[in-house]
Amino acid sequence: MRPSPRRLLNILVPVKRAVDYSVKIRVNPAQTGVDTNVKHSMNPFDEIAVEESIRIRERSLSSSPSSPSSPSSSPVTITALTIGPPKALDVLRTALAVGADSGVHIAIGEKEAMPEPLAVAKSIKAWIEKQNEKAGGKEGRVDCVILGKQAIDDDSGVTGQMLAGLLGWSQATFASKVEVDEASGEVTVTREIDGGGMQVRCRLPVVITTDLRLNEPRYASLPNIMKAKKKPVEKLTPADLGVDFTPQLEVVRVTEPPKRVGGGKVESVEELVAKLKEAGITAA
Amino acid sequence: MLRESVRRFATDVVGPKVREMDENEMMDPAVIQGLFEQGLMGIETSADHGGAESSFTSAIIAIEELAKVDPSVSVLCDVHNTLVNTVVRKYGSKEQKDKWLPLLSETQLGSFCLSESASGSDAFALQTRAVPSADGSHYTLNGSKMWITNSWEAEFFLVFASVDLAKGYKGITCFIVPKELGVQVAKKEEKLGIRASSTCTLSFDDVKVPAENVLGGVGKGYKIAIEILNEGRIGIAAQMLGLAQGAFDKVIPYTFERKQFGQPIGTFQGMQHQMAKAAIDIEAARLLTYNAARRKEEGLDFTKEAAMAKYYASQVAMSVSGSAIEWAGGVGFTRETGIEKYWRDSKIGAIYEGTSNIQLQTIAKFIQKQYS
Repeated sequence: MRPSPRRLLNILVPVKRAVDYSVKIRVNPAQTGVDTNVKHSMNPFDEIAVEESIRIRERSLSSSPSSPSSPSSSPVTITALTIGPPKALDVLRTALAVGADSGVHIAIGEKEAMPEPLAVAKSIKAWIEKQNEKAGGKEGRVDCVILGKQAIDDDSGVTGQMLAGLLGWSQATFASKVEVDEASGEVTVTREIDGGGMQVRCRLPVVITTDLRLNEPRYASLPNIMKAKKKPVEKLTPADLGVDFTPQLEVVRVTEPPKRVGGGKVESVEELVAKLKEAGITAA
Repeated sequence: MLRESVRRFATDVVGPKVREMDENEMMDPAVIQGLFEQGLMGIETSADHGGAESSFTSAIIAIEELAKVDPSVSVLCDVHNTLVNTVVRKYGSKEQKDKWLPLLSETQLGSFCLSESASGSDAFALQTRAVPSADGSHYTLNGSKMWITNSWEAEFFLVFASVDLAKGYKGITCFIVPKELGVQVAKKEEKLGIRASSTCTLSFDDVKVPAENVLGGVGKGYKIAIEILNEGRIGIAAQMLGLAQGAFDKVIPYTFERKQFGQPIGTFQGMQHQMAKAAIDIEAARLLTYNAARRKEEGLDFTKEAAMAKYYASQVAMSVSGSAIEWAGGVGFTRETGIEKYWRDSKIGAIYEGTSNIQLQTIAKFIQKQYS
């Protein structure tokens, strides 16, 4: 009788359909936000999150030669999740094409506003609890969430932290390196901080947010794009999860930063110091 | 999604190397490997043969996206997919497909060898001979092929040769000739454009090819070549379309940054009218190309539409890339910005895979048949 595959990690990767990084951002006429009638794609930090989950799987496969090579029985399961309008499905398909096993689409209407970070965190928590309930014992429980540190359109940078707080899980944010210790069930994360790097060791379950230098995401190859079409996607509504998406915050005004005014040239250090004093920017 | 994926690959992996490859007249092996890894070298091939099992239109889109960044890389992918892979898929025996398609999908670059120094448009006046052995076990190939794309890097060659010149076109046979049987590169051409795409003269000197490498049957080479070049035409149309779009996309942002007489040059009416006309031409070329692809996929007659698409797209590529240089002014004339490269690359569009005059002839034949 074949031994059942050793279960390692069940990873959830929330991904966001955000304004594409190459778009020239413009404030909308109502000054309530940015013009969103532009190109969208997966938030770059979320791409890094998807890539990291796949690398964790590849590392675990390579370190255990007796494991079956087919991904369906690999010890690491990767689920991609997104909250958004029908178009958000594209972003989910990209995650599937790069290597996620299945997807979850929490659908909102075409014209509805995207949920705030707290609502996002609550939704992810609700899905995880539903999933864990279905799983019953250990198999199938979500034990790791990897998401981008922030989305490049609203730059909130709080969803991961809120999620960890709501779930009561360990959190390791701004990750630039992630190491999973299968034996001890611990994850060691190097975090990017102002002073350099900080290493934290977390017990599962854990929420990790990705920073820029964690990895360089791979391209979705054509055969994988074709295979992604057959991977399962679960469709839900916020109501199914019992989460209220009513905004708690009101955006008062969004404006562009003031146009840069030209500076002046100085001839000497003394002149520079004098000008700084004039502008009131010195300690003395 | 496919378009987006190829666009990213083209921009990130191919983009930085375009100028260097053009100046050195050499395709970077990493680019070829990248194309294989992305599954772009077996687009229509079935999954059990290592391919992406996608549609012809998917191949067209991939070729177009690659051409926006580098028409040389685009033609490498186009010839490999629409000529080499398709011939093996359509006319190969089960054994041949099982043996060669996986190699073509994953590692081996292919070349399509029809033209010779004395036979270009008059393709079937070819002289390369394939003499059958007395016991029928092999053929001995002698002759030379000219203007062969991909041949510097290719390991797999489809060679059209005649088993009996007295039989005229009915003697022409398609042979699978792996490089190790003795294919020699006699000369690599130094070209005006698509310089990174290798174009060589090949010589076959008593090259012995096993009989099992005859593809599609002895004497069927004419039919194979005629049919496949029809599809290949749509591929070239896609390449020229991508080229035109790439040149346009590169120069327009510049016209809104470059100021003269106190305003961006892109806001002068003269410029705007030219830009609008170029955009119309590109859109027309796009619709001709996609329509020809659609007709092919639906099993309709598409010879006339393919000829129209190839002819028109190559014309548009020339005119739009030429305008792009003028819109960018002096900067457009220098090699640094990469705009002039599109114009140099575009010229071949009117020449290979059926010259413009041949395309017009093909279309005229349909008109004559229909109206007289």
